[in-house]
This record gives sequence, C-alpha cells and structure tokens, in this order.
Amino acid sequence: MPLYYDDDQAMLAETASQFMAEEGSIKNQLRHWRDRDCKDGFGHALWKQFAEMGFTGMLVDEDDGGLGMGQVEAGIVLEEIGRNLTPSPFLSSSVLAATALKHGSNDVKGRWLPDLISGDKVYAMAIDEGPKHRPERIATRAEKSGNGFRLSGKKDFVVYGASSEMIVVAARTSGSDDDKDGITLFAVPQDASGMSHDSVRLVDSSMASHVSFDNVELDGDAVIGEVDGGRTILDAVLMAGRVGSAAEGVGVARGAMGMTVDYIKQRKQFGRLIGEFQALQHRAAHLYSEVEIARAVTVKAAQLVDGGSEKAELMTSVAKAKVAKAAGLAVREGVQMHGGIGMTDEYDIGLYMKRDRALQEFLGDQYYHAGRVAELSGY
Amino acid sequence: MSDSDLEAFRAETRQWLEANCPPEMREPVRDEEDVYWGGRNASFKNDAQKAWFEACREKGYTVPEWPKEYGGAGLTPAQGKVLRQEMAAINARPPLSSFGIWMLGPALLHFGTEGQKQRFLNEIANGEIRWCQGYSEPGSGSDLVSMQTFGEDKGDHWVVNGQKIWTSYADEADWIFCLVRTDKENKYQGITFMLFDMASDGVSTKPIKLISGNSPFCETFMDDVTVPKSYGEDIPGYVGEINRGWDVAKYLLGHEREMISATGGADRASSLGAVTSRQGALDPVLRAEIAMFDVDALAYTAMSEKFMDELKSGKGHPAQPNMMKYAGTELNKRRNELLMAAGGSHALEWESEASNGGKAARGWLRTKANSIEGGTSEVMLNVISKRILDLPGA
Repeated sequence: MPLYYDDDQAMLAETASQFMAEEGSIKNQLRHWRDRDCKDGFGHALWKQFAEMGFTGMLVDEDDGGLGMGQVEAGIVLEEIGRNLTPSPFLSSSVLAATALKHGSNDVKGRWLPDLISGDKVYAMAIDEGPKHRPERIATRAEKSGNGFRLSGKKDFVVYGASSEMIVVAARTSGSDDDKDGITLFAVPQDASGMSHDSVRLVDSSMASHVSFDNVELDGDAVIGEVDGGRTILDAVLMAGRVGSAAEGVGVARGAMGMTVDYIKQRKQFGRLIGEFQALQHRAAHLYSEVEIARAVTVKAAQLVDGGSEKAELMTSVAKAKVAKAAGLAVREGVQMHGGIGMTDEYDIGLYMKRDRALQEFLGDQYYHAGRVAELSGY
Repeated sequence: MSDSDLEAFRAETRQWLEANCPPEMREPVRDEEDVYWGGRNASFKNDAQKAWFEACREKGYTVPEWPKEYGGAGLTPAQGKVLRQEMAAINARPPLSSFGIWMLGPALLHFGTEGQKQRFLNEIANGEIRWCQGYSEPGSGSDLVSMQTFGEDKGDHWVVNGQKIWTSYADEADWIFCLVRTDKENKYQGITFMLFDMASDGVSTKPIKLISGNSPFCETFMDDVTVPKSYGEDIPGYVGEINRGWDVAKYLLGHEREMISATGGADRASSLGAVTSRQGALDPVLRAEIAMFDVDALAYTAMSEKFMDELKSGKGHPAQPNMMKYAGTELNKRRNELLMAAGGSHALEWESEASNGGKAARGWLRTKANSIEGGTSEVMLNVISKRILDLPGA
C-alpha cells in the first residue's frame, strides 16, 4: 500500500476540508461558542451536520449502520478538525467510544450505536485518573453486586463528559491497581445515580469533567465485552484515540504553520517583508520539514492500525510523540514570528497554541510515548 | 498490476533471494571492503560477494527498475518496492554500489541519447565502469555555478583545464562526469556536462585526508585534457546540450540529495536504543535522549517511504528531496553523537583491533560531512524557503 491517499481518501479529504473550512471555522464555531460561554463547548447543530456528512459513524461497521471505514479516514477528518480548531465530540464519541462499542454485544451496540450515528447523542470515554495519562494503572473499582456491579472511583480529563449521554468507563473488576488484567469496560448512562460531574473549562475552551462514581449501580448489560477482559478493548481504544489525536495535531501544526508563513509574507519591518530575513526563513523551513515528517508517520501509523500490523502499537506511539514535537514547535514559532499581535486574543495563532497544549496531554504526551517507544524497542 | 500479481511477484522474489543470496551477504555492511563498487580495477572480497553480484547482474537486479535493454530488470515501481522490502527483510546487501547507478544513470535515462544509454547504462549495470563526479571546485562550493574549469572548443574536441575538489573516490574511478565551463560570458547557460576517461592524459588525482583519517575524496586536476565531442555514432561526449549542462546538474543534484538522505543512515528500521543498550544499561538522561532520537528516526522512515512512493508516482513536490536531505543528514549526525556518548571511552579508540580501527570515532567524524556534501543544510533550508514555502527575497 503506498503511503499516500487513494482516490476515495483524496476525495474525502477534499470534502472534509471544504466542509470544515466553511462550517467548522474558528469564527463560526470555536470563537462563537467560547464567546457565549457555552457549557457544552461545542455546537450540537454542527454535530448533526457531522452525522449528515457520514462522519459520526465512519468507524462503525457497515453491519451496524456505519460506514466501516478505518483510522486513515478518521484521520483525514481529524486533520481538518485540527486545522480549523473545530470543537466537536468527534474524537471522544466517534473514535474512542465507537471503538469501545465495536467490541460490545449486539444488545450493547443496538442500544448505543444508532443515536451516535444519527448525531442525536454524544458519548465520552473515561480513562485517566490523575493529571497525567497512565492507563497501566486503574484504581476505579466495580464490585459484583447481584446481577450487576457497583462502581466507585474518580476519573479525570473526561472530554465533553458533562454533555455526554453515556460514558465508557474503564474500571477494575479484579486484581490490584497496577495489574494488566482484571479491567472491564462499562457503558454508564448519564442518569446513573451516584455519578457526578465537575465540569471545567480547559485552556483551549473545551470542556472536560472530573467524574466521581459513588456506588453507582450498573446492570450486567452495561458491560462492554467480557468481564475482566477489558484490557484488550482498552488497548484498541487507546490506539485508535492516539493515532486520531495525532492526526488532529497534524492539522493544528499545519494550520499554525500556514498562518505564520502567510503572515511573514505580509508583515513589513525595516522597509522589508520579514519573510525575506534568513533568520526566519530557516526556522520556517525547519518547521516545514518537521511537520511533513509528523504527517507522514501519522498516516503510516493509521495504515498499520487498519491493517492489524504488529508494528501498529510502536508506530502509533512514534506518531503521537513526533506530532507533539512538531505541533509544539509550530505553535511556539507561530506566536514568536507573529510578534506582539501573536499575544493578542484577536489573532487566531494563540488559539492554536492553546489547542496544541490540550492535545499534547490527551492520551499521553511526547515524554510518555517516547518512553513507550523505548520499552517496545526493548530498552 | 493487481495485488495478486504483486503478491505472486513477492513469493517469486522471496524464492529467488533464498536461492541466490549467500548467507554472508545477509549481514550488515561492516567496512569499505564489504561494498562492491565494480569498475576496471575491482576485486571481490570473497566468493560470496562475487556470486551475489553475478546472480543480480544476470537477473538485472543491480539496477532493478532500469529497462531490460540497458541492463536492468524492467521492474515497475511497485515491484521495485517489493524487491527492496524483501531484500531488507533478509538484510541483503546491495550487490553493486556506484555513482553510476545513483547519479549518472538517472541523468542518462532522462537526458541521454539512445547510443549513450546502450553503452554507458549497460557498463554501469554490469559493474564494468566505475564513475566519479566532478562538480565542486576550490572556489565554488555552495555557489557551484561560479565554477571556472574551462573547456576550449577545438572543433571535434575540447581542451579542458582546471581543478575539481571533493571528487568521491576519484583515485579509484574509471570515468568522470564533469561540469566544464564552455562559455565564459554566460553563467548558467555556459556549462557543459562532459564525460571522459580518468586515464586520459593530463588527469591527475590527489586524495584529501579528512578529520576521520580516511580519504574518500580527492582533488582532481585537469591539465590540457582532450575530451572528444563524440565517442561514436549517437554517443556524444556530453549529456544534454552543449552549454546546457546546468540543467543536467540540477536534475542530478536532486538525485544526489535523495541518495544522501537514503544512505545517510538515518533511514534504518533498527532502534538506536536497542543497539546502544546491548553494552549495558544507559544513563537515564541519555536513554531519554536516545528515545527522543528514535521517535524522530522512526518517523523519518515513514517520511522516506512516503517520499519514495510519491516520487515513483510523480506526486511529490519537486523540491522535496532538499527537505529529505536536510532532515536525513541532520538525524544521522545526531545518531552518531549519541553513539559516541553511549560508547564512552571505548568509542574514542582510534586504531585498536577492539574498536575495529576506530570505526565509531571515524564514522562519527565522517557524518559531519553529510550536511555539507551535496548542498549544505543551510542551502537546503534556502531552497525549502523559496521553492516550497514561497518566501520572498533573494
């Protein structure tokens, strides 16, 4: 398989690019909802449009009413989301939760998938416990209780949790906190008694919840997959989410770089365009090189995940770390090269910097993933 | 070609490699003797190297994607990729390395006459003639077009005088492709891309000793050298048109940049951490630096794959080789800095047997040239700024 888009993918990229630039633009979405202090942090009307475009269920199997597409296609949409800083639950609902639900029984799928595909509902994923991503350790517990379970614990960084009708929760059903096995995934409905949200606005204006579970009673049919067998599902969810957030990061990097290169072609100082200065040219060219490489490895990782390759895990971590490095550079250089106006809220470059910071932390930063690269490579 | 045809080709290739690639040729290249360059004076290190070269030559696999009539195997880009993947899977060494394959060949395929292709491409594919490249001059490095070596027109030949520098392996090469000024009034359109025998009267070479202690480069002097305008019917003594050699040179520089980025060593699948940690546990901060390097290096392998795929299908940006060269060579320098740090005092040894004659230290120093030869990193960044980012100014 060549490492560029095939004809169908190229067409999707064009459609997604046009759609996101028009409907999902910074002005129409991010600034619009932020300036109104929207408690959701995104627009439900846009989410319905995502459904009409076929985006919401793109990763869902065709037998279950979706499009049966892969990570490459999801990455195409996410890259455009990143370029336009479009706030949407696409990553949490259509990538993370959808990947978890794929592993559910027909009953579980039948209960949750149709409303996801139609854009009527939004779902979230609860993994982290604490300020840093560390999914190897899961302390939230679900004890057997009658035919069901009783869930207790605390989750952090549950993106769009308060706006979600259901949250997929990774909890421990056996063993101790650091065990690999003994994890079960649960589909916890919004109205579950004992679940409470502390919804907070993040630096990038997105919303995330600290979610507490205080003896939340769950039916047996809340279980996704097998009891104690959730680690493999969680690993699949993490891989999909990481390669997806890498793709969004590529979009952020490209958006910031594009703005910056345009700016230095227009801004004059000392009677010259500042883009004529070699001091800026070389930095811009280096940035271009880093972003191109990050983009290549992200598509590569997505292809490997879709193909079920044994190298998918390694290259997903490479992609997540590389994108974090490249996108971080893009937003830092972006603000610096914009000079004073780069510090103003009026200019969009700072919004890229904020979104990048949130994406860096999402499902593991560059330090976490470089560490994984070392471990997976045997050192 | 359908996927099933390609898979059949893969199976066939695997079988052929199994039958024809000797076990000794499935080891990483350790020193200069492990590389077979061909040419009039070439000798094989051992029987395995000879057998592998000959098997590939018969099959057209010294230059698999060249047309069959010029000594290749006529593989499609997709088949070529399969062959590279299958060779990489068993660590097969290249059967033949040469500047003829990497540089002159692509230029002749693009600009050459049929007669030139028949003669020179077959000689390259069969390992008969080893070529070297005469580009840089003492006063013309990054500013290559300022070169002064002059060929005086004498009707059916030129008389060439001047000096080239950084001519790789000139002292071992049979022929040279050489930029010669043929019009002093016209900077860009006054250069001819000449081909001549290094055994011609008036050609002499002098190796340059580098900081690595090795001498892969020479100074090449031309003192009243006669270069024929024709070597026979339809075989001009120059490539392209007279005075339009700069077009050929620019085209070739693209290939040189690809080559350096591909062989610069950054494009390797093995993790640096896995290699360096074999000698013992790494200091934690060094381990972290190496992990960050591995992230960049593995990401670059994906970029290389994409670059090659796009190149073969004509999709990529024409200036992209400059980016590959820049990123690949900078990575390779970093890799060698980290290898030295991981190797500690053992890596300082310059001559001992244990250090394989100072392989680590000499290799580290050698890589410093990567970002200078074939266009410096700074020139690469200039090209990216102008041609890809379209930034203004000189």
